[in-house]
Amino acid sequence: MQLGRVTGTVVASVKANGLEGVKLLVVQPLDEHREPDGRAVVAADAVRMAGPGELVYVVAAREAAEALDPAFVPVDHAIVGIVDEVDLP
Amino acid sequence: MKLARVTGTVVSSINHPFFDGQRLLICDLEEAGGYLIAVDVVDAGVGDRVLVLDEGNGARQIFEIDSGPIRSVVVGIVDDVHEPA
Repeated sequence: MQLGRVTGTVVASVKANGLEGVKLLVVQPLDEHREPDGRAVVAADAVRMAGPGELVYVVAAREAAEALDPAFVPVDHAIVGIVDEVDLP
Repeated sequence: MKLARVTGTVVSSINHPFFDGQRLLICDLEEAGGYLIAVDVVDAGVGDRVLVLDEGNGARQIFEIDSGPIRSVVVGIVDDVHEPA
């Protein structure tokens, strides 16, 4: 999993089966010091409470689909938590 | 699996139910570079050199679940690595 910052929302009215009702957010991946790292991705919001500006952590690949219910949806990134604090001593 | 160094922790209260009560560690990857946030099952701490599993099937076996959004798990604390020349 990686840290990310939600930078926007995606609206798509025509979607593949399984994506109905899935909230899609634009997420900028971050390094551990919260600096942008790589290109933005579109992630499904599996916590259903994330929104623009929030620091989140994102799971990628097949495990992203398993964050959603039902699980086998066409998704390759999912937000699975909103970060309260990153502690880097 | 990958060798990594634990450099920090992540605290989250709003999360997917799978992560309730799980400890999340920031692990700097030694060979691959970059980092991963991984769930800790061995009580590793900041500064420890660890073994990180980054594969979903193995991760689900560890947690004995059929389905779950988990892929990266800290599965060992490394004492030593020998690489004879």
